[in-house]
Amino acid sequence: MGFAYFPHTGDDIKAMLGRIGLESLDELYSDVPEDLLFRGDFDIPDAMSEMEVRRHFAGLAEKNVSLSVFCGAGAYDHYSPSVIPAVISRSEFLTSYTPYQAEVSQGTLRYIFEFQSMMTRLTGLDCSNASMYDGPTSAAEAVMMAVNCTKKKNRVLLSGTLLPQVLEVVETYCRFHGICLTEIPHRDGVSDLDAITAELGKGDVAGVLVPGINRFGIIEDLTGYAEAVHAARALLIVYSDPSSLAVIRTPGEWGADIACGDAQTLGIPLNFGGPYIGFLCCRQEYVRKLPGRIVGETVDTDGRRCYVLTLQAREQHIRREKATSNICSNQSLMALYVTVYLSLMGPEGLKKVNDLSYGGAHYLHDELLGTGLFTEAFGKPFLKEFVLKSRLPAKQLQKSLLDAGIFGALSCGDDLVSFCVTENRTKEEIDRVVNAVIRCHIDRCRDIVNGNLMK
Amino acid sequence: MKYYDKLIFELSKEGRTGFSLPDTEWADTTDRIPAGLRRELPPDLPQVSEPDVVRHYVNLSNMNFGVDTGFYPLGSCTMKYNPKINEEMASYPGFGGLHPLQPDDTVQGALSIYGELSDWLCSLTGMAAFTLNPFAGAHGELTGLMIMRSYHISRGDLKRTKVIVPDSAHGTNPASAAVCGLQVVQVKSTPDGVIDIGDLKPLLDDTVAGIMMTNPNTLGLFETGIKEIETSVHAAGGLLYYDGANMNALLGKVRPGDMGFDIMHLNLHKTFSTPHGGGGPGAGPVGVAERLSRLLPSPVVRKSEKTGKYETAGNPTGAGRISGFMGNFGVLMKACAYILSLGNRNIRKVGPYSVLAANYVKESLKDLYKLPVSTLCKHEFVFDGLKEANAGDPEREVTTLDIAKRLLDYGFHAPTIYFPLLFHQSIMIEPTETESKETLDAFVAAMRTIAEEAVSDPGLLRSAPHNTPVRRPDETLAATHPKLKI
Repeated sequence: MGFAYFPHTGDDIKAMLGRIGLESLDELYSDVPEDLLFRGDFDIPDAMSEMEVRRHFAGLAEKNVSLSVFCGAGAYDHYSPSVIPAVISRSEFLTSYTPYQAEVSQGTLRYIFEFQSMMTRLTGLDCSNASMYDGPTSAAEAVMMAVNCTKKKNRVLLSGTLLPQVLEVVETYCRFHGICLTEIPHRDGVSDLDAITAELGKGDVAGVLVPGINRFGIIEDLTGYAEAVHAARALLIVYSDPSSLAVIRTPGEWGADIACGDAQTLGIPLNFGGPYIGFLCCRQEYVRKLPGRIVGETVDTDGRRCYVLTLQAREQHIRREKATSNICSNQSLMALYVTVYLSLMGPEGLKKVNDLSYGGAHYLHDELLGTGLFTEAFGKPFLKEFVLKSRLPAKQLQKSLLDAGIFGALSCGDDLVSFCVTENRTKEEIDRVVNAVIRCHIDRCRDIVNGNLMK
Repeated sequence: MKYYDKLIFELSKEGRTGFSLPDTEWADTTDRIPAGLRRELPPDLPQVSEPDVVRHYVNLSNMNFGVDTGFYPLGSCTMKYNPKINEEMASYPGFGGLHPLQPDDTVQGALSIYGELSDWLCSLTGMAAFTLNPFAGAHGELTGLMIMRSYHISRGDLKRTKVIVPDSAHGTNPASAAVCGLQVVQVKSTPDGVIDIGDLKPLLDDTVAGIMMTNPNTLGLFETGIKEIETSVHAAGGLLYYDGANMNALLGKVRPGDMGFDIMHLNLHKTFSTPHGGGGPGAGPVGVAERLSRLLPSPVVRKSEKTGKYETAGNPTGAGRISGFMGNFGVLMKACAYILSLGNRNIRKVGPYSVLAANYVKESLKDLYKLPVSTLCKHEFVFDGLKEANAGDPEREVTTLDIAKRLLDYGFHAPTIYFPLLFHQSIMIEPTETESKETLDAFVAAMRTIAEEAVSDPGLLRSAPHNTPVRRPDETLAATHPKLKI
């Protein structure tokens, strides 16, 4: 019986085997030792028609609960314009490979060039690569790059205010790569410049990684960092949310040498954690140490402007074990998401996204404080994400919110809980959060009273 | 394909917008952020309308060649057809809005996809457990090597820091080993194109962590000595890593686990039909043998025997964490849809049909192109340039690059060229199981015409391509005067 993806008829197979001089398909594996040929049944389902595949996924979708998302922590529910899926689904983009053959890949090469241009304009740095896997792996690559840029030094300082998953991924890469890490605990919710300066004084530090906006949502004041780091001949790396860079001070303005982070915030849906897209930007002097693909402008034999993968002497397919990284692909299609998104948004739209998120987050923040059930944790400036000290146990709070169809109040250790508000959340939804919090408190009081009565 | 010369920045005009956002209902805006924390000037992003954006990117797409455009025989890349139902399922309502940190109870559908796909991949490869967290093939290699190193370290066997890599290996193999802090030792190939076991055996001492292999290798040849290699490496205390880049040849016929491999990765964007997207996102799941399953990176997904529900957890005994969340989930959904569509019946035909196509093309061209190894190939094979290439004549010599560029004129994507490094004029051709005999015949005809042109009009090849949106780019200019942004 035929199958939709296989064009072979019986006659085709016979004719093709004939050309090869074989009688049967089995003979194509005559070079494989007999006992290595798999003869059993695979433990996978029987073939499904399209209708059955749809039903299968419909069944799975029913097992998910759609929630109103008030959580960030590295994945943000920003609005994604309808133009994006329309462009992304162009199969000339979707079904192409890495643009090795520049003559028939100008579409991909051009949007990556646009992506690189946009990322440098957002971060305030000179150069960008074509993208990385995700934020945490971009941080790991940035740390390895810093060590690679500063010869003979092999220690990197990490601020304890970075997202936990960023710390864990950087720690994993560095443990195997042989880079020493020192995590500097936060002071009052922000990176500790005094402690960092003290460590820099030891003279063996290649780089310092700090967040622009940290795991508590606080916009870090990085005044004095570049001076301290550069005085110790180390590199400053800032882990940034690029959406926020429309309004907050950029890594370039802070004097950073490298910027990295996750550009999921630029039009990419939550999608249960992926695919997202990491980015990596740097100052001009370090461009030849930048890992990953880079697209550059040139001309063709007729003198027409065109684009190619360039500076490939850094890369694995040329340098093998001496490459700047093992990275082979980028997240090209996700770079197209970002490029289309930023084209639509422009400076004004991106500012408005931040304004709406800021306004909603500060409204929720103030309303929650108004319940009397929370107090300020650090009282520092934030954008769309914040933490509060909660009088209600995080677990119970999260449960009450879930009962109201809300995902929020992520526990941040001790009695701290975090919330995030994007432009995708309406006032009505935010008010529902506040009501659910009050409901949680009432239920808790009732439980306590009932418990007491039962005694 | 038509040349189109604009960059989106060049369509920009002050005051145009392409966004649609609600009016604010909040009193506060970001202007209230302390001035010292705000950026000075707004970013200089394009200001364009929505129709401008759509037309610009559609025009760009018209300069691109994809699998949906035509035959894409790119060796080692497995450019098979990307089924449309996969795309539809990956954007199925009820998944796109899920936050990766939502409680397990609220994402049972998503976790089922992760759990079931892991189980299916185990069955198809003969491995005991999979992590689907790695984002790409090279990322899978790195993860696999981290597991390899962790295994030796966990046994207190700290000397094992060398990894053996064949000279025919993909560049990512040695690069991944280096990132993982391992030293690379190269093992030679025999004139027949397989691993030289005589060269391998002396390398196997107590400092060897393991060997990385593709099987079939990058010449498209089945490593017939695999059993002896397996016994020798294991006897020396090393592990065997399987680079799944070439798994398409074996899908449904031979399982890496049965060949004795301890760790492997798959490229879902090759073997399991998810689109390459111009260079990503892909997915590089890593499978391991039972005794290594405790070393899989965090987070892990498992099914609770008590409740029958899927749970996520950190893995305190694992190699660490290699991804922010649980991999390129959207890509996993596509691979899931692919396996469901093929089922047990059709998945067995993937390998044989891909091998049939490769041998058919090889046999149809070997009279005109140099075939260094003439035995049965698997899913791909390598020519070492043309037989009649006017070699030595600086005015008329035709190289592999010229052949590749001329193929573009005939409406085909070029094969992989100058890889593997074993030959000077490598042309690596991988047709897949989704190409019809007619398509293969048309490709063969074009390759034969090119062979004739090489003799009759070599200038035509040396200046190719002629019919593409742009012609050969000046790569030296790009590298010596890098212009990386506008």
